[in-house]
Amino acid sequence: MTTLNLASSPHHHNKRDIGAVMRMVLYAAIPGIVTQTIFFGFGVLIQIALAVTTAIACEALILEWRKKDVERACKDYSAVVCAVLLAISIPPLAPWWIIVIGTSFAIVIVKQLYGGLGYNLFNPAMAGYVMLLVSFPVQMTAWLPPQTLSDVDLSFVDAMYTVFTGFTASGYSIEQLREMVDGITGATPLDHVKTSLSQGYIISEAVITPILDGSYGRGWIWVSLAYLMGGLLLLKTNIIKWQIPVSMLLSATLVSFVLYLVDTSTHASPLFHLVNGSLMLGAFFIATDPVSAATTNKGRIIFGAAIGFWVVVIRTWGAYPDAVAFAVLFMNMAVPLIDYYTKPRTYGHASARSERPEQ
Amino acid sequence: MNKNVSFDDIVEHLSNGHLWDFKGGIHPSENKAQSNTSGIDQLPIPATLYVPVNQHLGANGELAVSVGDKVAKGQALTKSNSANTLPVHAPTSGTVEAIETHPSAHPSGIPELSIKIATDGQDQAVPSMAINDFLNADKQTLINAICQAGISGMGGAGFPSHIKSDVNKEVEFLIINGVECEPYITADDRLMREHAWQIRQGIDIIKTIVCPKQIVIAIEDNKPEALAAMKVACNQHSDYKVVAIPTKYPSGGEKQLIQVLTSREVPNAGLPIDVGCLMFNVGTCYAIADAIIEGKPLTQRVVTVTGGAIGKPKNVWAMLGTPVKHLLEYCEFDHSKQQHARVIMGGSMMGFTLSSAQAPIIKTSNCIIAPTTDELPNLGTERACIRCSACADACPVQLLPQQLYWYSKAKEYQTAQGYDLFDCIECGACAYVCPSEIPLVHYYRQAKSEIRQHQDEKQQADKAKLRFEARKQRLEKEKQAREEKHRLASEARKQKMQQSGVSAKDKIAAALARAKAKKLANQQQIKTPEPDVKPTTDDKDDAK
Repeated sequence: MTTLNLASSPHHHNKRDIGAVMRMVLYAAIPGIVTQTIFFGFGVLIQIALAVTTAIACEALILEWRKKDVERACKDYSAVVCAVLLAISIPPLAPWWIIVIGTSFAIVIVKQLYGGLGYNLFNPAMAGYVMLLVSFPVQMTAWLPPQTLSDVDLSFVDAMYTVFTGFTASGYSIEQLREMVDGITGATPLDHVKTSLSQGYIISEAVITPILDGSYGRGWIWVSLAYLMGGLLLLKTNIIKWQIPVSMLLSATLVSFVLYLVDTSTHASPLFHLVNGSLMLGAFFIATDPVSAATTNKGRIIFGAAIGFWVVVIRTWGAYPDAVAFAVLFMNMAVPLIDYYTKPRTYGHASARSERPEQ
Repeated sequence: MNKNVSFDDIVEHLSNGHLWDFKGGIHPSENKAQSNTSGIDQLPIPATLYVPVNQHLGANGELAVSVGDKVAKGQALTKSNSANTLPVHAPTSGTVEAIETHPSAHPSGIPELSIKIATDGQDQAVPSMAINDFLNADKQTLINAICQAGISGMGGAGFPSHIKSDVNKEVEFLIINGVECEPYITADDRLMREHAWQIRQGIDIIKTIVCPKQIVIAIEDNKPEALAAMKVACNQHSDYKVVAIPTKYPSGGEKQLIQVLTSREVPNAGLPIDVGCLMFNVGTCYAIADAIIEGKPLTQRVVTVTGGAIGKPKNVWAMLGTPVKHLLEYCEFDHSKQQHARVIMGGSMMGFTLSSAQAPIIKTSNCIIAPTTDELPNLGTERACIRCSACADACPVQLLPQQLYWYSKAKEYQTAQGYDLFDCIECGACAYVCPSEIPLVHYYRQAKSEIRQHQDEKQQADKAKLRFEARKQRLEKEKQAREEKHRLASEARKQKMQQSGVSAKDKIAAALARAKAKKLANQQQIKTPEPDVKPTTDDKDDAK
């Protein structure tokens, strides 16, 4: 009783640490991953396994080299979340080295070389994705049609073979796999519509394809809804706040609606934008990455709304069919500026501006 | 600033059962049920009391006893000799054994001057000086009596009550704080349940002094018994409003409670009175009633003794100066339940760990927690901040704790102050929610104390500079005065010479004569060298 232990207040903690937060993100992604696997095959799971292994290996190596506590840092699950987000963003049957390169780049360059967890300026998963998309456009756009439309039934073994050798066990190449029942090469709904528009078709003609059912991409809509569900779970458990997803989806809807009003023949409906591509995934799982997003509530609304804006703008006029990754990276750069100008008013102060921090 | 909601609107709002809210806040596990079910016990008189000379926010009083003196219960041990000093009193009868430093009930634990009293168990009191007819008493008499009873705020900060009640602005709302939002503490809860009547008498006295337009007694809705008791005690008074406020930490903070009840914000660097509010803790009201009606100075208080390592958690009346160890033993503290001995004084959010169980109970000690190892585990090693802003969402003052953390850690104090570091009330909500387990409040405290130190140093340097410049100026003045004196003297000589009629011609002749004499002397020197003899210079002669 003579020596008492000293500690600084508060002595109470809500017992939710980074590991718990990150694990919750992973649980919330499960519905989306399951749906994606149902529609796009076991490749999804193989990519996740490859990505997670690579991410942990890279994280451990770098931390060892930086003389940090490897075990403790790996237990925060942040590398796993990054790996999973990248793995579900790439075509499920992309060659194994794609995901290995992408994940290594994300973890080593984008995350650890900037100082590790908490210090990275850019969203590692999206930076990895963009690096891959720019470097390996062919592999990165080789999406398969949903399983329901394919005339080849892909088994787990087939998926393994394709990822590691480029051919299924029975010798189909990835190009053959992409062909659908009617002989047309499969594409994502966004890709298909973009290509059709560039060929002079109008929207109402472009959507008449087996991969689309009206505005809904077959399979894609379910994947989007599953991520929406996971996102709502994250909101409910207070892991993310509503500002970024709501402002991002609202602004994407608004911008696409305006364009749609201007010319319905060359601009897809807001609904088309919402349920296709990775907008849902991006709104709830990617743009909400705390490290690289804006930190003030007002800032988050601006951050999310700007991402929604850029997604529609890049989808409409850019060279790539989808744009979440570009939009997120673009806005990552603006975060310090947004945070600086959205400091809230402190209790008892006349305005937030009255005592501006000197910088 | 939300001063735009008028008094009448606020009263109507409150009458309709509506309240405002403050941003942020958290809901930690309350842990109040362990200690609030049994009545307040009178703690047996300990063999020795260590009464610190300073137990409030202000300066020490002047010692009024010396070693060996016999003291009676209620006898003043120190005298209040200026506005911000408060006396301390002997809690029971006994002998002053020593006046020396003793481990303090302060986060630093730095020993401070205390009066050691060997109690005699007789508990003999000095005659009381009650003011029976306080309703008609002079305001200044009451204020003076409160000061002489040594009463300071018993909710936490320990601000002298007589200074607070001596207001010369209009008090719209007199707010009585029975919120007790911090986990574990139930001292005010039990006090309200058992002594609601006396608390109301205390409120009556304060009302007589400050003449408020409305009195609001605020209690968190997790204390239904206390609410009921206070309602019964106040039901004869139409201007006393007992309000249940939603349980949320830290709604008992002065600024937060004002915001909840009136929507007004105390301006930065201002006081509650600037928005027409004045706040007293229920414990303070009880003590004021004791002082005025019973004539008893503040010598004991209710302390909650709780935590997993306490066999019988409960509330006790403890004499000021009672070593914490005495309370722990009385409530059956079990060492074996703590891997690392740890005793917290105060609640689990803002309390501090004691460095010694010999530290005494003082006027502001409302709770002693002896937690088990798993109950309130020490924070793990901090991880990197992931910028999640959970801290900003929890902050009741709407600060950006994360930015404050970066700038405090990097010692960029200028910028940290730009982010309103000094508006932080150190409630601990940010650190409570931090997933990286960063001891945020610790960083802020460090930054604040370093900034204060810099300011002190700067002040001292400024003073030294002033002194140096004053000295330089003085020397310069003296030099000028000296030169002026010399000039005047030489002018006077010149005048004198002119008056005595010595012409320039004579002067030349005299100079020539001197030169001749010198030459002669030199020649003589060559013949017989005499080193001691030196030729006198012309200048010197001129000066003569």
